[in-house]
Amino acid sequence: MLVLIGKKLQISTLKYLLTSNNMLKAGIIGLGKMGISHAAIVGPHRDAELVAVCDTSSLILDAFKKFTSINVYSDYKKMMDTEKLDCVVVATPTRFHYPIVKYSLEKGIHTFCEKPFSLTTKQGEELVRLANQKWLVNQVGYHNHFIGTFNELNRLLKAGVIGELVHFTGEAYGPVVTKEKGGTWRSAPEEGGGCLFDYASHVINLIQEIIGRPVKVKGSLFNRIYSKEVEDAVYSMLTLESGLSGILSVNWSDETYRKMSTSLTLFGKKGKIICDATEIKIYLKEAALKENLNKGWTIKYNTEFAIPVNFYLRGEEYSAQIDNFISCILNKKQTEINSFDQALYTDKVIELIIADSKS
Amino acid sequence: MDKVLFGDNQFFAVNHLSDEKSREQAIRFKDDEAIIRVLDSARETGINTFMCTTHDRIASICDHMRSNPEKYRDFNMFPCMPYAHKYANAVTDLGIVGTIKQYVPGNIFSTFTKGGVAYLRKDFIGLMELLIDAELKMFRGINTPVIFIQNVVVDMILGLKMMEVFKAYDSYIREKYNSEPGYITMNMPALLDALNSIGIENPIICSSINKLGFRMSGGKEIYEKYLNEKTFRPIAMQVLAAGALRPKEAVEYLSRFPKIESVLFGASSKNHIQETKELIEKSMSGRSGN
Repeated sequence: MLVLIGKKLQISTLKYLLTSNNMLKAGIIGLGKMGISHAAIVGPHRDAELVAVCDTSSLILDAFKKFTSINVYSDYKKMMDTEKLDCVVVATPTRFHYPIVKYSLEKGIHTFCEKPFSLTTKQGEELVRLANQKWLVNQVGYHNHFIGTFNELNRLLKAGVIGELVHFTGEAYGPVVTKEKGGTWRSAPEEGGGCLFDYASHVINLIQEIIGRPVKVKGSLFNRIYSKEVEDAVYSMLTLESGLSGILSVNWSDETYRKMSTSLTLFGKKGKIICDATEIKIYLKEAALKENLNKGWTIKYNTEFAIPVNFYLRGEEYSAQIDNFISCILNKKQTEINSFDQALYTDKVIELIIADSKS
Repeated sequence: MDKVLFGDNQFFAVNHLSDEKSREQAIRFKDDEAIIRVLDSARETGINTFMCTTHDRIASICDHMRSNPEKYRDFNMFPCMPYAHKYANAVTDLGIVGTIKQYVPGNIFSTFTKGGVAYLRKDFIGLMELLIDAELKMFRGINTPVIFIQNVVVDMILGLKMMEVFKAYDSYIREKYNSEPGYITMNMPALLDALNSIGIENPIICSSINKLGFRMSGGKEIYEKYLNEKTFRPIAMQVLAAGALRPKEAVEYLSRFPKIESVLFGASSKNHIQETKELIEKSMSGRSGN
């Protein structure tokens, strides 16, 4: 409760106190494609104020300096030491996630980290422990869970509409590397470049959260198509806790796709579902009256399931995941979607696939 | 502006409803002749404006128009730049500096070029002008009365609150191209407020307007309030909510807003184009403001 003593309290002070009570102070570390996109979503957010950004490129920092009133830093420690931040978004190349996230958690700052979470599960485990110990909101950017069609798939599977599952396929294709060249961190395997960390992590995470956690992998293949140092395609056979098995097929050198396209196909004893970010196609051997689904094919579109957002950039899911993060902080609760712990499991599966590909 | 603007999503495998349909479209329009045939059918129904992305393949369509000047003399194109996926995929692969290097004309890192000087001085507006010139080069000699920036870029600048960039874009398009600047957005109310705040009045804004509230950020109510009360020149897109609405009910909704100047739609068959065009014109002429 704010108690006014006399008339000493100036309007500006009052405004400051009100703002500081209501608005979360946010910072962003790493201003690549995802970092800039997060900055543009956090900036207009009704419950947050973007007060600082950090990057190593002077070109990018100068642009922020010139056109915005956001404070800029080239040293993340200095940013977190100087600004009183409630939350940060970490969107650097993957190998920097560990030291930066560790620092932010130690400072008691709620942390959103881009995917994939960590390069080694040992580092990831330490971060999960630290976040839980300090009871800080922790979330990773597996944004597919904020796409309406994948939520609907999750719901239909839990309701058992296609009966006992017998097989699945998880796929992602897109046109990232379509010519022979290299040069950025994405072409360095030790830095988390490559199709496994960048593309396949999304599919693995969807599989583990919607179908079940993979515990065994077999037949993993890494294909280099245009990249010299990293894989451009990953294929693997995954076995889940339940014993169900399925195929992972991911290729980021496929220019027949205009942008990344991720899909899951589920085969059950009573039918089949094919789901991507735009539509969900359901085939049933018999009608499911409870779900109002007829026998045969039913196609539903994301227009029906899209999560409404206040600010849109590139897809509802990017705003919806930040809404979730901010709302968890304000409501003092942990996220049920995309916690560090869930993302760590994806890192573990990635490790299994790497080990299997070498065996 | 014409009441009916013909869009290009169907030609470039952009389908917000279905990835599978977008692949079918990619196959159907793999040759430029297929695009030109549909454009000519649209012209035959009386459509006179093609609103299109600065996609590589539009360059060949522009070549075709330049080589048939009589036929396309009164035809307008509304370029929408940039073709964002080109840059987005490049940034993932090459980083931001690498992307600038790839797409700014000339050697950006040589001090002897305009680009090099702009880069070294961190003259961002200069860099933007170079990128605009590069994107618009394909349209030389073609009528482009309105030139748009795509929603990804508009909404990013809006979210970052880099309002000076809008100002610079606005005056560059007016002065260098003698065209009206236009803005595509998924956040119409916020954008209009932002543009007004820096003195850009009565702007052309193209945004989703549909009965479902699909891609109308902040909700349908605030969009309707702005359409009824604010001063701007709205263009409605995604009027069918990516195909979830039937054309008749979609157009009936639009007819409630006399301020809407134009409707953008795309289709692939002559019948479908004709039908939709007539439906739009009929509903727009029946509005109270006309």
